[in-house]
Amino acid sequence: MLDNTPLVLGNETFSSITDHISSITERKAPKQWYLLLALASSLALVLFGMIGYLFWEGTGIWGIQNPVGWGWAIVNFVFWVGIGHAGTLISAILFLLRQKWRTSINRFAEAMTLFAVLAAGIFPAIHVGRVWVVYYMFPLPNQMQMWPNFRSPLLWDVFAVGTYFTVSLLFWFTGLVPDLATYRDRAKTKIKKMVFGILSLGWRGGNRQWKHYEMTYLLLAGLSTPLVLSVHSVVSTDFATSVIPGWHTTIFPPYFVAGAIFSGFAMVMTLAIIARKIYGLEHLITMKHLDNMNKIILLTGMIVGFSYGMEFFIAWYSGNPYEQFAFVNRAFGPYAWAYWIMVSCNVLIPQLFWSRKIRRSIPAMFIISIFVNIGMWFERFVIVVTSLSRDFLPSAWDYFTPTIYDIGMFIGSFGLFFTLFLLFVRFLPMISMSEVKGVLPQADPHYYDHEHDTRKGGQHV
Amino acid sequence: MAQLFPKWTNRLPILVLAGLVFLLVFIVFIFWYYATPKYLEVGYRPEQPVPYSHKLHAGDMGMDCRYCHTNVEQSAHANVPSTQTCMNCHTNVATESEKLLLVRESWASGKPIEWVRVHSLPDYAYFDHSAHITAGVGCESCHGNVAAMEVVEQKKPLSMGWCLDCHREPEMHLRPREDITKMNWTPPPDQMDFAKKIIEEKNISPPTDCSGCHR
Repeated sequence: MLDNTPLVLGNETFSSITDHISSITERKAPKQWYLLLALASSLALVLFGMIGYLFWEGTGIWGIQNPVGWGWAIVNFVFWVGIGHAGTLISAILFLLRQKWRTSINRFAEAMTLFAVLAAGIFPAIHVGRVWVVYYMFPLPNQMQMWPNFRSPLLWDVFAVGTYFTVSLLFWFTGLVPDLATYRDRAKTKIKKMVFGILSLGWRGGNRQWKHYEMTYLLLAGLSTPLVLSVHSVVSTDFATSVIPGWHTTIFPPYFVAGAIFSGFAMVMTLAIIARKIYGLEHLITMKHLDNMNKIILLTGMIVGFSYGMEFFIAWYSGNPYEQFAFVNRAFGPYAWAYWIMVSCNVLIPQLFWSRKIRRSIPAMFIISIFVNIGMWFERFVIVVTSLSRDFLPSAWDYFTPTIYDIGMFIGSFGLFFTLFLLFVRFLPMISMSEVKGVLPQADPHYYDHEHDTRKGGQHV
Repeated sequence: MAQLFPKWTNRLPILVLAGLVFLLVFIVFIFWYYATPKYLEVGYRPEQPVPYSHKLHAGDMGMDCRYCHTNVEQSAHANVPSTQTCMNCHTNVATESEKLLLVRESWASGKPIEWVRVHSLPDYAYFDHSAHITAGVGCESCHGNVAAMEVVEQKKPLSMGWCLDCHREPEMHLRPREDITKMNWTPPPDQMDFAKKIIEEKNISPPTDCSGCHR
């Protein structure tokens, strides 16, 4: 059963890994990078421009109306926070479970987490309408003696997402320190030396430093592990603690967490496939890594599918006509098209990953990962919009239509995400050099092999 | 590898950290102290068109607040007296005073004097004078010792937190009805017993929910 496929292919050595990863940021960026950056940053500008107009004009520029008061802004928030989850899962949980295959993907998965959470954080901040008093979300002492409502899950969100971002940032930065020191030592210019020198916090790679470093990393992994579960659980309580049929269900926290990991892995997949192709990292992000991630996508996709089914079962089993209507309305009402896109992308299409051939086919997994991203966006759309658009009062029912600003801001958030990601790829090591070296065969020499007569060192085969 | 940074930079991280913490506390303090009504509004003392002295009328001569502010017990709004109220006395007293020129003009023309409002609550805060007077909150509790003021000024912050302080613990601010307009009033030693009694009698339960004042 044990899979002995090496995690690093090719005849890599310690120094060749350093050379390979560092050179990505040291040599000129490939043409595709400039093209992608131009595209991404223009879209980011669209986002910022539209946010400016939103501040000027108010949230009326969106398609929100009665009864759908939560539109794409909340959909996008949940979508992006969900994507962030894969990074923490890969970096923390897989680390604690000693899944060594995480080493070559954890760095950029974590970076992806940070950028996804940043993209997510924009939406709840701008959806408040009066953005200049957004600081009311924080418990600051004030003359009104007014505190945020601590019983509101919307406040828990602020803390959950804030904690998540902080811990993820610390974790990512801690992991970067040895690599930043490598960059510092390889830097040619004074400015680069100073910048990387400050960022690497005086790292020398001594024995004692490694000991402290690894303990810190372990502790941070332990700290972030509950966050993988808590953040999206809290996000789900935004819905679950309300009394809207279709939201008021106890299955929401685990269902949201599974969905988050599902969508996060799909996004890591999309990015990894592009990055390994452009930068020639096929021997570091091997087919084995991709295969493993596809298996996780398959698993979490089925958990999500099970949740869809369970929601229907509970709606029927509860005997509550409103709950039953909410779900029949989802699947066969005016938003049936969105519901079936969601089911196809999230439940049916990932089933293809049962086939080893498809799990190991780059074009197939790339397309499937994009389908999963689409499906997970539609999942949030279905949850937010269908339940609201047909609530208790039929006279209030209405059909939600997005405006150009809804669409522009959503696309723009991709621009922001990719801009940050491209800058990261350009200036920081996108694969953890120090950790990948740790899984090289050379890192595990068996000098203590007493069973053989000859005591010369060598590699374990 | 050459030394990039001199030795003193070893202390930099701790200094930066301490500086950031200090800066954060400092900013919060600045806002908490300087950006609140306690600092911004207490002491507001506009010049009035007529140099009317509350000290002379209400203090030295002992006129009751309600002689001029007649509606304060019945209405939400404590009215500013009309010129006629002034002229009740000033047709006989100080009829030639130069300070009263504007009052006589207003009386003759029928155009009201434009007094400058001192105590101003925002429009989104609903305040009812009669409810507070009926409960037994003295004028002084919110307006200070007006009878000692030559020119009226704002003595209390009138901030939301300040309102809430009393709405949460009204005991020390409730008086017997006859002491409502008394200045320099201090709670007697048995104030708590009195407050307990009056709170039960009048069923006083000051609202602390949003819609209590923001209707």
